[in-house]
Order: sequence, then C-alpha cells, then structure tokens
Amino acid sequence: MQDLLKFITCGSVDDGKSTLIGHILYDAKLLYADQEQALLLDSQVGSRGGAIDYSLLLDGLMAEREQGITIDVAYRYFTTEKRSFIVADTPGHEEYTRNMAVGASFADLAVILVDATQGVLTQTRRHARICAMTGIRHFTFAVNKFDLAGYDEAVFLRISAEIAQLAAQLQLQDVAVIPVSATEGDNVTKPSPHMPWYSGKTLLAHLESVETSGEDGEKGFTLPVQRVSRPDHTFRGFQGQIESGSVSVGESITVLPSNQNAKIKAIFVGDSPAERASAGQPVTLQLDREVDVSRGSVITQNAGLQVAQQFSATLLWMDDTPLATGKEYWVKIGTKLLPGMVRAVNYSIDVNTGAQRPAAALAKNEIAQCVLALSQPAVLDAFCSHKVLGELILIDRVNHATAACGVIEAVLENNPPEETPEAVQRLVIPVDMGGGVVKQVEITVRIL
Amino acid sequence: MTHLDQLEAEAVYIMREVAAECERPVMLYSIGKDSSVMLHLALKAFYPEKPPFPFLHIDTGWKFREMTAFRDRRAQELGIQMLVYRNEEAIAQGVNPFDHGAAYTDIMKTQALKAALDFHGFTAAFGGGRRDEEKSRAKERIFSFRNAQHAWDPKNQRPELWKLFNTQIHKGESIRVFPISNWTEKDIWQYIQREQIPIVPLYFAKERPVVHRDGNIIMVDDARMRLLPGEAPVIQSVRFRTLGCYPLTGGVESTAATLEEVIAETLAAATSERTSRVIDNEAAGSMERRKREGYF
Repeated sequence: MQDLLKFITCGSVDDGKSTLIGHILYDAKLLYADQEQALLLDSQVGSRGGAIDYSLLLDGLMAEREQGITIDVAYRYFTTEKRSFIVADTPGHEEYTRNMAVGASFADLAVILVDATQGVLTQTRRHARICAMTGIRHFTFAVNKFDLAGYDEAVFLRISAEIAQLAAQLQLQDVAVIPVSATEGDNVTKPSPHMPWYSGKTLLAHLESVETSGEDGEKGFTLPVQRVSRPDHTFRGFQGQIESGSVSVGESITVLPSNQNAKIKAIFVGDSPAERASAGQPVTLQLDREVDVSRGSVITQNAGLQVAQQFSATLLWMDDTPLATGKEYWVKIGTKLLPGMVRAVNYSIDVNTGAQRPAAALAKNEIAQCVLALSQPAVLDAFCSHKVLGELILIDRVNHATAACGVIEAVLENNPPEETPEAVQRLVIPVDMGGGVVKQVEITVRIL
Repeated sequence: MTHLDQLEAEAVYIMREVAAECERPVMLYSIGKDSSVMLHLALKAFYPEKPPFPFLHIDTGWKFREMTAFRDRRAQELGIQMLVYRNEEAIAQGVNPFDHGAAYTDIMKTQALKAALDFHGFTAAFGGGRRDEEKSRAKERIFSFRNAQHAWDPKNQRPELWKLFNTQIHKGESIRVFPISNWTEKDIWQYIQREQIPIVPLYFAKERPVVHRDGNIIMVDDARMRLLPGEAPVIQSVRFRTLGCYPLTGGVESTAATLEEVIAETLAAATSERTSRVIDNEAAGSMERRKREGYF
C-alpha cells in the first residue's frame, strides 16, 4: 500500500495556485472524462478566452466562479504510481487567511507559489509564517509565471535569494525552489524545454520523492481520552487515539491530571483485542483499577506532560471581532474544552519582517504571542514537544465563532493551586439497600 | 500505518468526538456503500459498546426493493436503532420522480430530511459525503455548521484547525458531520474488500430488467415504473455504482459479479460516479444550491 502525502498550495492572490493543481491533475490524467468535458465547456465562458482554465477544476463555489477567486480551501485527491496525495488548495486573499490556515493545519508539506514577475510579497511571507506555525516542516517554493518573465535565470536567482532570506528568518528546515509555469506546464509534471539552466526535479517528481515518514518521534506514550465507554456495569473503557509512543497489556500508566497510576488490563484496536498498540491507532483501553478518568484526561507514560493553568502561545486571530483580553473564551486543547482567557498580549509579530512589536490588541489575521490563563489546570505541553497537546483554538462563548488558533510556546506555571477546602464536600445520602433497608452512606465529592 | 489505516483512524476520531461533545447525534443511513462503510466504522469506533446514537433513513418510497430489504436485515442483525422517516403527506399527494423532476428530490429528500431532524431534535447528523464527489463538497468542512433553517453558508464556514473541532451551537442550530470526507471512491472499495463489509447486491452485476433512456440505464424495479411509448424492458447484465431512487439511478453495463471485478472496473473507469445520478447532471453549482437549502 502506498503512503500518503498531504500538502497545500498557498501564496498571494493570482500567483496561480488553483491553476497549478489543475494542471497537475490534467497532465497526470487524473480527471474523469466527464470532468474534463465540463472543464472544456466552462473554459469557453471563462477568463482565458477559450484556452483551458485549469483553476476551474478547483474553484467550486458559485461565488468563486463569479469572482474568479478562491474563497475557501478545496481538497483534491490523486494518486500517481509512486504516492497518494491529498492537496488543499488555499485562498490567497488576505481576507481569507483563516481558510488558508485551515489547509495549513492539515498538511505535511507546503507548496508556496511566488509570482516570478513580482517576487516575494507580504502575503507570501504571511503564508510561510502560518505554515511554519501550524507545524509544516517541508517547504517547496514554486516560482511561477516564468513564461511572463522571459524564462530568465537571473530572475530565478534573485527570487531564490529572497526565499533563502525568508527561510532563514522562519528557520525553515527543508526548502526546495522550483521555477515553473502553471499555465504552460513548464516543470510542473514535465521538465521545461525553456529553462535549460534548471536541472532539478519537476514539481510533481519532487512531491513524489519528499521523505516525510518517521518524523514524529515524540517522547513517551500519550492518549488524550475522547470518551469513557460504559455500555453496562461490567465494562469501563477509555477511548481515544494514541498520539505518541506505544502501550502493551500489563504496563503501568499514569492518568493526568488526577496523577493516579494503574496497569493496562486490555486493549482494543477498533473491534479487535490486541496485546500492543502504537501512535496513530484508535484504541479502547481498560485499566486494572478504578481511577479518575474523564474526557480531557490524558493516559500517559514517561511523556513529561504538564498539568498547568498558564502558558504562552502564538495566536493567529481569525474572527472579525478583535481579541478582548480578560474576556472568557472556550479553550479547546486536545480533547479538553474549558473556559480560559488571554491575560496579556506580549507582542505582535510583523508578518513581513518578523519584528516583535508592542501590542495591546489583536485583530483579524494578526499573529501575536500572548499569555493565556485557564479556569483550571489542564494537561498540555509545548507544541514542539507534543503537537496534539500544544495546539489550541479559542471559541467565542456568545457567537460560537472559532476566534483564534494557536500553539503553546512555554508553560509558565506548573503548580496547580492547592485544592481549596470548598472544593471538597462530604455528603451523607440515603441509599436504598432493598428489602426496605435504607443505609446512610457518606461520600466525598470533589468539585472540579 | 497504511493510507486506509490513516483514513479509518481519522473517521473513528471524528465519530468519537461527536458522541462525546454533541447532545443528540444521529447517523444518516442511505443504504449505499458509503453508508455501509460509515456503519462499519461506527461499530468499530465504539466497540464493545453499540454506536451510542440511532441511524436514520430518509425513505422516498422509491428506493430499490433490494435496498430496503438490506436495510431491515442489517438493522436486525446488528441490533442498532434504525429510524425510517417518510414524507407521508407528499406520498399521499402522489409526488413521484416521473412528474415532479427536481421538486421531487427537494420534497422527498431535502424537506423530509429537515422535517426528520427537527422532529427528533437531532443536533448533529453524520453523513457519508466525500470531497471527491463534487466541487462544492470539496470545499466543505468535516463539521459543517447549519443554521436553524438547516442552511449552509459556504462563504462563511467555521475555520477547522488540526482536529480541534468546534461543536458549539445555539438551540435550533445543528452540525452535519462528514467523517469520510477525505476518502475517495477507490478507498471506499478497497476498505470494503479489506474489512469484508456487506453491501447491497445491486452493486454487483446481474441480469436485470432495464430500459435505456436519455443515455441512462434505468432498472424496472416494480410495476410503478412508467414506460414511454414504444419502450420495453430488456434483460441485461448491469450493476450500479451509486444507489438511490430506482427511476433516477443509472446503471452501467457490466459483468463484474464479484468485489474484485467491481474494483478492477472502478479503477479503470473513465467517468466519475456521480454521472450515474440523474439528479447531478445539471448546471454547475446545482449541488451547492441544494446544499444551501439543506440537502446533504
């Protein structure tokens, strides 16, 4: 079975993202006959005077076709002899940056388009930054429209230097630069006869060969609990996806935040009992004793996770309503949803230069480093240590908009406040023992 | 993990999120192969617990007879709760696929679906839609928010980052959830084969009574089928790539009678599967229009 590469195309408006992907699908004969026919028909009334407009393969919303722009992410699926691909084609307009971020959060690799006649633009930098922030590690800059730049090597060298500078600023690790023409097909799937000075791979050949496996070597075993399964009184299982490491029957684990220990009694991978399960697998775990586990708990082993209430995070603001510091939002981290607030904005980040600027507020499409405080301690970690427990969204509690996304930089305070006496209540309740016998039972209730 | 393992894990994760966070979920069940895969994934996701939500079939009254028989048999075998909803008023008024064209789909499917969701007060409905099916679906989120009128606003979708799904809604609003968004038709078939998932026999070629009409092969499934003057059913070996109301579902000439043969034909196919749905062969944007109005 082939492996899967998830990538996005991004870059500024009119850099030719949709056209590029449309061309790959067309060239690689990945279109069905009826789609090809529809494309030819659509092109006759399109903006390229009857020549094939490859972007029409992707811009599927009526408003997009009317305006000739991409508003939201389109997902396309194709398979070559070497690999299966899912591509998210993202919008270039600044207005729709949040939709671009949606695509970026989904991908392993970014194809960032740069217009050869314009060079690296502010929006190119913004997109590269968001890609790096959301965890993409592989970057391919496709310098497009070389047909309009005389297929000139000097242009390629100048823009490559701009890209190198950007890559250094964002500390990008794996970077490739390829000169292409998406409309004419140069270096898209076939080597260009017009650019003999470029001897590297075509874009498709590059995508087919980028090595992305074996990267997520996160420390220890982590399983954020999605739900507690209790079909009847005999069974209590904890369901979730293993995000790092592996676990075997009989091994000891710790449940956070309750910090209780237990041993693994049984593992189900889907509906099959298993001795062992590892990262990426959806499982149901049974433990050998009653411990405090609920949705949002994390079952873990030697992962070094934190239970904390305050942390710093880089946020991308996505809502039309700007951030209000001190206002309560819903914060979702892993499988935990709880109230929290942005206590302070440390600085905003200039998307063009990367400069840190003092800021008090945060408006749509802006990026800033902030201090967040949760209403109670939650299990989390820095994004660079445990990705899934370092990702978060803020949800507006009134209009329910997904107001921001962010990644945790550092945990600021690691000691949950002492349990206050009010948080524990002792109750005496009558329990019907059957046969008319009622016993008074004392129980301890912890208010979480 | 293989490509299919990854897709399966993603779908299971989504189903568990909905079961944990949404107040009153339901799984739409259309009886087709995608629904068979969805049902199978739901059984796996919660095992040994039964799926903690009911299943809902919107019955137009014109489904292939083999489909309804399959639905009832599977529900009984698995012990799941299968709700069936029909727009009885429209059926009594004689609304049918021959006379009422596009209005038929709207009344019997879209309106019936909205009425069923409102009647039961479901706040989240799983659907088996896939992004490779159609261009407006390719743009839809996995958690697709609907207002109190069940309308989709494609220009203002909630951002969906990583797998942090926002399931917050106000009273009356709901969410359509598509756990197999990222599967292709090929993935569906390969998964059916790998997991040995039962599917309706109509997917396999067999000699069936059909008529050829406007480039489509339509099966004469019961006596209600209206034949045009001079039209007579012929017996032909056909199978179906998608299933729906029999007068609106085109078959393909085929002798592929086993799963292996169907997969081989599918992989070599030169047309996308939606061409066999008569309803989709309309102007570009028709699916988006229907979805805005509440269609799945």
